[in-house]
Amino acid sequence: MQKSTPYLFLLPAGIVLIIFFFIPFFHTIILSFQDYSNSIYHASFAGLENYVELLKNPIFYKVLLNTFIYLIVAVPILAIVPLFLAILLNQKLRGITLYKILIYLPVIVSIVVAAIAFKWLYADQGILNYLVTSIGLNSIGWLTDPKWALYSVIIVTIWKGIGYYMMIYLAALMSVPKELYEACDIDGANFLTKHLTVTIPHIMPTIALVVTISSISAMKVFAEIYVMTKGGPLDSSKTIVYYIYERAFENLDLGYASAMAVVLLLIVMVFSLINIFCFERNKYQL
Amino acid sequence: MKNFISKFSSHLILILISILSIFPFIWLISTSLKGAGENIFAYPPVLIPKDITFDNYIGVWKRVNLLGYFLNSTIVAAGTVLLNLILSSLAAYPLARMEFRGKKITFFAILATIMIPFQAIMLPVYLITIKLHLIDSVNNIAGYTGLIMPFAVSAFGIFLMRQAFLGIPKEMEEAAIIDGCNAFQVFWRVLLPMVKPSLAVLAIFTFIGSWGEFLWPSIVLTKESLYTLPVGVNNLQGMFSANWRYIAAGSIISIIPIIVFFLAMQRYFISGENEGAVKG
Repeated sequence: MQKSTPYLFLLPAGIVLIIFFFIPFFHTIILSFQDYSNSIYHASFAGLENYVELLKNPIFYKVLLNTFIYLIVAVPILAIVPLFLAILLNQKLRGITLYKILIYLPVIVSIVVAAIAFKWLYADQGILNYLVTSIGLNSIGWLTDPKWALYSVIIVTIWKGIGYYMMIYLAALMSVPKELYEACDIDGANFLTKHLTVTIPHIMPTIALVVTISSISAMKVFAEIYVMTKGGPLDSSKTIVYYIYERAFENLDLGYASAMAVVLLLIVMVFSLINIFCFERNKYQL
Repeated sequence: MKNFISKFSSHLILILISILSIFPFIWLISTSLKGAGENIFAYPPVLIPKDITFDNYIGVWKRVNLLGYFLNSTIVAAGTVLLNLILSSLAAYPLARMEFRGKKITFFAILATIMIPFQAIMLPVYLITIKLHLIDSVNNIAGYTGLIMPFAVSAFGIFLMRQAFLGIPKEMEEAAIIDGCNAFQVFWRVLLPMVKPSLAVLAIFTFIGSWGEFLWPSIVLTKESLYTLPVGVNNLQGMFSANWRYIAAGSIISIIPIIVFFLAMQRYFISGENEGAVKG
């Protein structure tokens, strides 16, 4: 083997990663210290100005809070409901494959179509408001009321993620030794005790994995918001990525958007580091 | 008896969740089949249209270049899949099998890209794409290339292939080297055929990811003729502002290809055996 051989194999992927990952990564950091507010063609060094402005801007805190709400609502549901469904599907039942297909369907369909479908459910005179009013409540401005918009969007993210995490859990459940369940059955343990004492301890690493993966993807939501609310009304459904998009591509405020992007980078990195070094060591054979 | 009750309640819950999973699509289909004479806001809502009509499908098909969007999505997804298969397995081979200077650094550099969300670096990626003239205002080929290149390889793919190579016994290569194969021939003729299952998994998950990608194409695309399906479908909202019959029909048409693909490949998605293929 020639000395250069390994490098030749790595070269094509290396070029792509350098151009489309590493350069943009460092460029994001550099941009965050520059001022483009006068002209997008002439940058001047701004020091920490973008960050100071970020900290002074109430929308920044609103956006962080919204992202935080996204996490604390979506992540627990996505960690628990799919596990419960996976447990149900991990028994001998008729129609298992059909159930799996139907529950997985939202995962493969484009998020844009999912968001459109929900927008239609959420319409002012739509089917959900029919249900709400038919039980005697006032109709809800699902996407137009600042109190509700964020939660309406979160529901779409959850709905689209259930099947995905369910399949992760199903794979993990296959590794739980059957004898343990048999022992439970002999002892006469009920559904809850059986799974609290056997299943959950056994697949704890997978639960943790689902928590970190779903946290990371909750921090990256964009399409749902873009299609359904554009971050409104009154910034009530604006999250970090949507805000970056808006400042970068609509306001052309490159420095400010990049400072925001660095904040996102830092938050995601923390979760990714936990994920890689605690739960996915096997996958990367560290 | 206890067993019967537990099975019965399992079915009940699973049926309920299944309905919740597909109801948004069912309601969209129902709306798309209602003619101009039927009130789509009727209270109580009507699930099965009185006179089923395909007028909305014909109308939206005539006025929107859905076939073009489909072809664009196909070209972009095919290109992305092909590049991922080639670049990931090329890069994975030395990482799995060779010793060289800088191996550790390379390994961790690739691992680091997992921690960099595209959303955080999309602005410089956009600036670079423009600098490289990989944008649809130059020409169509450049436009497609610009849609593909930022996703041409991923750490996910490299690590997936690396694991596959690590699972092959070393003797296979040694035998090939004794037979006079060079490193590339070993890779191409001996190793690649042995990791076909992993290549299939990588291809399928890359395809789904590329097919559904929305953020990047909506940033770079300027010409309607290069719209991919998600961008084109989102655009229906603007074109037919309040015409939900058309929006629904267009949305349903747009998901038919991916549903066919999913049903054909379902074992890869729902067998539960691809734990390692789970994308973060």
